[in-house]
Amino acid sequence: MNHLPLIIKREYFTKVKNKPFIVMTFLSPMIVIALIAIVAYISKVNNDKVHLISVLDESGVVGEVFKSSEKIKYNVLDNISLEAAKSIAKETKSYGLLHVQQWDDFDAISNKVYFYSEESPSLIIISDLEKKIGDELTNLKLEQNNVNVATVHHSKISIDIVQENFDGEKTSKMDSLLKLAFGGVAGYLLFMFIIIYGNMIMRSVIEEKTSRIIEVIISSVKPVQLMLGKIIGTSLAGITQFVIWIILGGVLMTVVSLIFDIDMGQLQTPQQDMMLQAMENSELNMQIQNVMASFYHLPITNLIVAFILFFIGGYLLYSSLYAAIGAAVDSETDTQQFVLPILMPLILAVYVGIFTVIEDPHGTVSVVFSFIPFTSPVVMLMRIPFGVPLWQQLVALLLLIFTFMFTVWFAAKIYRVGILMYGKKPSYKELIKWIKY
Amino acid sequence: MSNLLDVKEVSKHFGAHKALNKVSIAVPQGSIFGLLGPNGAGKTTLIRIINQITMPDEGNVIIDGEPLQSKHIRDIGYLPEERGLYKSMKVGDQALYLAQLKGLSKTEAKKRLKYWFERLEIGDWWDKKIQELSKGMAQKVQFVVTVLHQPKLLIFDEPFSGFDPINANLIKDEILRLREEGATVIFSTHRMESVEELCDDIALINKSNKILDGKLLDVKRQYKINTYEVGIKTNNKLVLQNELTEKFEIAPANFKTLDDELKLNIKLPQGEDPNHLLSYLTTKGEVSHFVELIPSVNDIFIQTVKNN
Repeated sequence: MNHLPLIIKREYFTKVKNKPFIVMTFLSPMIVIALIAIVAYISKVNNDKVHLISVLDESGVVGEVFKSSEKIKYNVLDNISLEAAKSIAKETKSYGLLHVQQWDDFDAISNKVYFYSEESPSLIIISDLEKKIGDELTNLKLEQNNVNVATVHHSKISIDIVQENFDGEKTSKMDSLLKLAFGGVAGYLLFMFIIIYGNMIMRSVIEEKTSRIIEVIISSVKPVQLMLGKIIGTSLAGITQFVIWIILGGVLMTVVSLIFDIDMGQLQTPQQDMMLQAMENSELNMQIQNVMASFYHLPITNLIVAFILFFIGGYLLYSSLYAAIGAAVDSETDTQQFVLPILMPLILAVYVGIFTVIEDPHGTVSVVFSFIPFTSPVVMLMRIPFGVPLWQQLVALLLLIFTFMFTVWFAAKIYRVGILMYGKKPSYKELIKWIKY
Repeated sequence: MSNLLDVKEVSKHFGAHKALNKVSIAVPQGSIFGLLGPNGAGKTTLIRIINQITMPDEGNVIIDGEPLQSKHIRDIGYLPEERGLYKSMKVGDQALYLAQLKGLSKTEAKKRLKYWFERLEIGDWWDKKIQELSKGMAQKVQFVVTVLHQPKLLIFDEPFSGFDPINANLIKDEILRLREEGATVIFSTHRMESVEELCDDIALINKSNKILDGKLLDVKRQYKINTYEVGIKTNNKLVLQNELTEKFEIAPANFKTLDDELKLNIKLPQGEDPNHLLSYLTTKGEVSHFVELIPSVNDIFIQTVKNN
């Protein structure tokens, strides 16, 4: 008798109808969005603040550079001592005082510029000031050397190397970034999914043990069927939760940003700011086109198919182990010693993915780890956007399927014995013995 | 009468531990079969083998003339000793689920559940969660779930634990009624008085071996000690007692009577007619009490396990 659909249905509906599950499903996106909104709001308030900077220019050349903008107002002081300037800066509640000392020569100026302030100034403002003064002085020095500044600007040539592999497929820097993002998201998603729902499966097995229903069920259903039903049912509930999170998150994000007029894109770190500044030089339109083009360059079909296969394979591999742990122990507190060895290859996979694949997606380490079944789902998913030969993908997938079947068999063995064992925490030695029963 | 279940020379090892050693039992059709034994004797292992939860290493099991196979799951109803239900699931939903696992259709299961819930007066529990019920109430639900699919073979492991005397009686009557309706029952318990009351046949397992089995009455006959409990009204108890000591093997007895009688357990030699004893006693005084001592299951249990 095949009871699998019945078991899956029960597992799914008890999970989905469970109050904590419902609360988590609807509350977590709200909490996350609320946090993002708060951060965005604060940084917006921060950004909107107008900084007043007092400038004491003893050199008399750079003063003209400081034209007040929306965010920074300059108060250029003339002909007073540094001490007086400092007190004025304090009185006017300036963000700080920029002091450019007397100079003889353009090169000597580099260590003759000081910034005094109450608190340490923000990186962005300092680098902005440095850039402004530096640009102006460069221009001045060019002129001093009888070079026409306009000519120099005209003569600037920006290079964007066109990358193409031997088969004629074009790639670009943008490509690489996008690939990284794709692989990273896929790998990380799998990692999260395994941890969250693997634990859920484990708990649900323990629940059956502690409520002592297991023997009643096991007299009508094969343990393997029960285990697979649990894994599949819980996974479906997990997918439901994930989809709701994504939809709800998207909707909430839109609503919140409309209501509070917060541009979520404003959430930028200084590095991003600098990157954007650097990008402003080249044309933005070109960039957008590049991104779109890069997107089409990605091996989309391969990505999707591989994502589905490796995701399912990797997930089942790990969740069957989680089910086995649940069967082996009596309570959740006993699970730790068994969960850790499972988590380690998973964490290793993520580290290899983040550090090695980015550096060299086709290097020895990356390739080896994309074959090892316990790390291959994460690492391979991260590698595939960079183009992995089909044979490698197939070999890794076959190895994964093979190992997956083995772990399910192994887990089922432990499960079958473990679910009927009460009262003692088994050792690894005993687990090995159970397999022989 | 044919046997519904034949367990033939079944052995089972767990690592170095031998849980069952060539155990055979025969459960006649329509009987209540008591499976007895001390803790850890192997009863649960045997029951699990019958339920196909574990596979025997050796031997085979015949049910209703066929070798045991997965289709027989629906012919067996099993109430394990370690039992429980999903705590946060509604009574009705989980009864339906468990019934469907035993192969009943949803509508059929619902119909039968309604009937049983009415019968045991638990109809208004349908939408309650198990965690809201008391232990005894949950046991009732569990009993219903066990018998719902009308299995040919019912296996009850300590069915009365957790019940108050009224409900235990109710369940006992239900078990007897199910037997009337044709079910065969395997009954495992440590409560010897219920074995005495219910069982037609028994088997005793100790240290992985079957050490005793048969019809309960045959077993009792086998353990009969030819001892009679007698009470005689006499004027001189001491004289009579001395007289009897010379003729028979006697021991003091203790039972309640209205008058001050001489109370003795008299053991007759093998083959001696108790009528001779009775007629002899009547010449000595008024016999108010003459009962053959039948060994209780409890005595047989303790005696055989100790001797084993």
